[in-house]
Amino acid sequence: MTLASALLPLDIALGVIVYWLLLGLAGLFSRNSHFITRYIFPAAALGSLVLAAAALFSLGGPANIAVLPLGLPDLPFHLRLDALSAFFLLLLGAASTGISIYAAGYFRHMSGATLGLLCFEYHLFLLGMALVFIADDAYLFMVAWETMALSSYFLVTTDHAVPEIRRAGFLYLLIAHVGAIAILMSFGVMQGGHGDYTFATMRGAQLDTFWASITFLLALFGFGAKAGILPLHVWLPEAHPAAPSPISAMMSGIMLKTAIYGILRVSFDLLDMQLWWWGAIALTLGLVTALFGVLFAAVQSDMKRLLAYSSIENIGIILVGIGLAIIFHSFGKEALAALALTAALYHSLNHSFMKSLLFLGTGSVLHATGERNLGKLGGLIRRMPKLALLVLVGTLALAGLPPLNGFVSEWLLLQAFLLSPGLPNSYLNMLVPIAAAALALAAALAAYVMVKFYGIIFLGQPREANLVEKAQDIGTHEWLGLAWLALGCIVLGIFPVYIITQIDHITQMLVGQHLGGAMQNGWMWLTPIQADRASYNPLILIGTIVLGVLFTLYMVKKFYHRRLRRSAAWDCGYPEQTARMQDTAEGFGQPIRQIFDLFFGVTREVPSPFDKKPHYRGETRDLLWEWCYLPIAALTEKISALVGRLQHGRIHIYLLYSFVTLLALLAFVR
Amino acid sequence: MNGIFLQLFQNGLVLLLAPLLVGWVNQCRAWLQNRSGAGLLQPYRKLIKLFHKDAVLAHNASPLFRLTPYILFASMWLAASLVPVIATDLPLSPAVDVIALVGIFALARVFISLAAMDIGTSFGTLGARREMLVGFLAEPALLMVFFSAALISQSTSLVTIVETLAHKQFVIYPSLAFAAIAFVMVLLAENARIPVDNPSTHLELTMIHEAMILEYSARYLALIEWASALKLFAYTTIGIALFMPWGIAEAGRLEALPLALGMLLLKLAVAGAGLALLETVTAKMRIFRVPEFMGTAFLLAVLGMLIHFLVGS
Repeated sequence: MTLASALLPLDIALGVIVYWLLLGLAGLFSRNSHFITRYIFPAAALGSLVLAAAALFSLGGPANIAVLPLGLPDLPFHLRLDALSAFFLLLLGAASTGISIYAAGYFRHMSGATLGLLCFEYHLFLLGMALVFIADDAYLFMVAWETMALSSYFLVTTDHAVPEIRRAGFLYLLIAHVGAIAILMSFGVMQGGHGDYTFATMRGAQLDTFWASITFLLALFGFGAKAGILPLHVWLPEAHPAAPSPISAMMSGIMLKTAIYGILRVSFDLLDMQLWWWGAIALTLGLVTALFGVLFAAVQSDMKRLLAYSSIENIGIILVGIGLAIIFHSFGKEALAALALTAALYHSLNHSFMKSLLFLGTGSVLHATGERNLGKLGGLIRRMPKLALLVLVGTLALAGLPPLNGFVSEWLLLQAFLLSPGLPNSYLNMLVPIAAAALALAAALAAYVMVKFYGIIFLGQPREANLVEKAQDIGTHEWLGLAWLALGCIVLGIFPVYIITQIDHITQMLVGQHLGGAMQNGWMWLTPIQADRASYNPLILIGTIVLGVLFTLYMVKKFYHRRLRRSAAWDCGYPEQTARMQDTAEGFGQPIRQIFDLFFGVTREVPSPFDKKPHYRGETRDLLWEWCYLPIAALTEKISALVGRLQHGRIHIYLLYSFVTLLALLAFVR
Repeated sequence: MNGIFLQLFQNGLVLLLAPLLVGWVNQCRAWLQNRSGAGLLQPYRKLIKLFHKDAVLAHNASPLFRLTPYILFASMWLAASLVPVIATDLPLSPAVDVIALVGIFALARVFISLAAMDIGTSFGTLGARREMLVGFLAEPALLMVFFSAALISQSTSLVTIVETLAHKQFVIYPSLAFAAIAFVMVLLAENARIPVDNPSTHLELTMIHEAMILEYSARYLALIEWASALKLFAYTTIGIALFMPWGIAEAGRLEALPLALGMLLLKLAVAGAGLALLETVTAKMRIFRVPEFMGTAFLLAVLGMLIHFLVGS
């Protein structure tokens, strides 16, 4: 027996966590930027790869359990690696492999001291997320959750000299903690007065309907704050773009999925019952989030903000899948629940690849041009062809186009909708078709957003020639990292069946049923229910298109000619073309802003015809900020002003307060 | 073996018939407008002429721009060959169900929009923006139309849908009635037809599809024109397959093929004439009204599906 086969997957995961901690410490103390970028980040990527492989192989295996003698006295850390944890560890490992390799190239110009700190926080962030996935008691879960939140806060505020970034970081920290309190309270309800906070006890606890609902709502709120579910999304488009690009990629690609993991863990594993209206709430929230995210993505002019809003959309889609699974599960339709759950999980994995890819792509654009505003870029496909090709893969995947991975998960989710007639609840029967329509609309809008994103950055003429002209294409590390993620998008798109059969282990664990049929027609055919109901074969699809392209190329060459002449662009014969006549980001988003006028708060400054230096400014605001957050902030300030009256700065009054409190408590407790 | 033969036969057939359908629609329009028209074969002549010309490409055209016509052509060819029009025994059909078919249309739309933005002219981006604007409402509407049919036949495979619908007696499904209206609206919009777009003008205020392909010439333009013809053919045959599927040759019955072919030509002639009539009696609408038009199509399609969920048919 070799050493590798004697190790449990949980041991490997723990080993990787310790290894990351050591790497982080090494980075912190070395302060040699060359050493950090050249050795530590690639080494971290190696750890990620090992973790991903271990997680993949443990998906079908039994759950591993361990108790670490760490933590507080009588409160040791419980660890557990089951199929659900393994899947999310796979997601973490696979995506962070690409991100870490890329980071090795991206951070090479940073100075030693800052880089050392960043390297430490980066690895702390990674291991915090890994610990969240394997924690098996509320205590360790919260510790890991806070490690993740705090380290990412410091990563977001890497450029803390910029006031906006400090503000974004504060907002992130605030909402993350409001969410953490809700999560803590939901764990508190679930332990049901036993005083034992291990997940094993919570699984065994018998909660009545009321308390179970309270738990679910608290968890949805708490994890929703991390995932950016409406209306707790406001921090996301501020914080994700503020961070350096590899961090943005990790936050959007991986960290949001910790919240998805939390919702799944609480609602399917820890709670022993599910009510249909929980699913209806999750479904509705998911749809609203998806539509909101994509509409706002369409009107953004900052490329990283655009991607952040697109992350909100995708989280919404995942939540739709979870909501649908809860509805089916509560009505005992386990096969359909398994389908919806598979769609949600597969979309989580897909999103971690494609969103990381695109965020890293924007990082390279940012490095090459120093510009985040779409309206100043353009034409980069000619200066950075390697980057443009890889980003194109991510763009098409995120637009949900076949044969890439985004399409597969949307296909699965739509199939789940199509199978839903006959639910024993007439309200749901009305909700479901509308939800399917809204989902289809969101998916179609995503294509609009992605055409805008890619078209304005990479195609056309450079809008600011001086920015684009000095742009250099990406280096080897960046290319490797991006290519890994792009390869993931392609493989997950063309060969979905293997991973989906692996997801069966999770659905078997959570809803007691699996698709099973996904493999029945061989590894090429995705047939989630029965072959005559629905089947999809991405390999044949792309194969036919590629064959068609080759055939056409050959025929055109054989029967005609390939003569070609280069000339100036025609453009209907208009002679005075300039690059400024192309659509800007605002221009491309204008139809969406006009059609969905109601949802945006728009302020415009339009120049008069006589302005010597005409200046146009348009701003699209999030109305929820004004309707929801500012009143809450005002209320908080008012209350704190009232509380402030208690404060006099005189010590004897404070002692009096303590004394009165003590007396009151004594009277109460006795 | 029959299946592969039928598939290849259909692949060839759609390639050849698609320009003919365009010629027929144009001829009908000409007759309706009291013109004599250019004849049924005009689209073929145009394609041959374009293939013979030397291509002119803008200085800054990227490889994406050059590859797009081929991708567009191949994907529209695939889409048109997937629709069971003369026989249901098509081996490609199970690989690509209706959702994937909508995905292929979206793929083509995204590529042509990206190519339109590649040169960086004012018209190109304008066309791309408008195309995506039409597309983001047309795509879900088309999907909902398919869903209405898929809910009746309990399958998203086009072949199964057509077989189910062809075997039912002539009853009007309320959900399919709504879906049919929505589908016609989507067909008009997606194929750049009046009232959404006008394929025969280059008026900058209104053009969508033409604005995107302004910079293409010669063989590239020929492929795009042919792809547009294939797209129109695909949409028309989808309409035929969903709403008048009778007379199709079912699995393995080669002897029914001639009859099915005759029926197809007849149905295409009727559909083409209907399309020409529709285009003649409506006026081109302002571009700002297009979202309302498409929104109506979307709502009708959703209504169709809602009715299925509530009434059960």
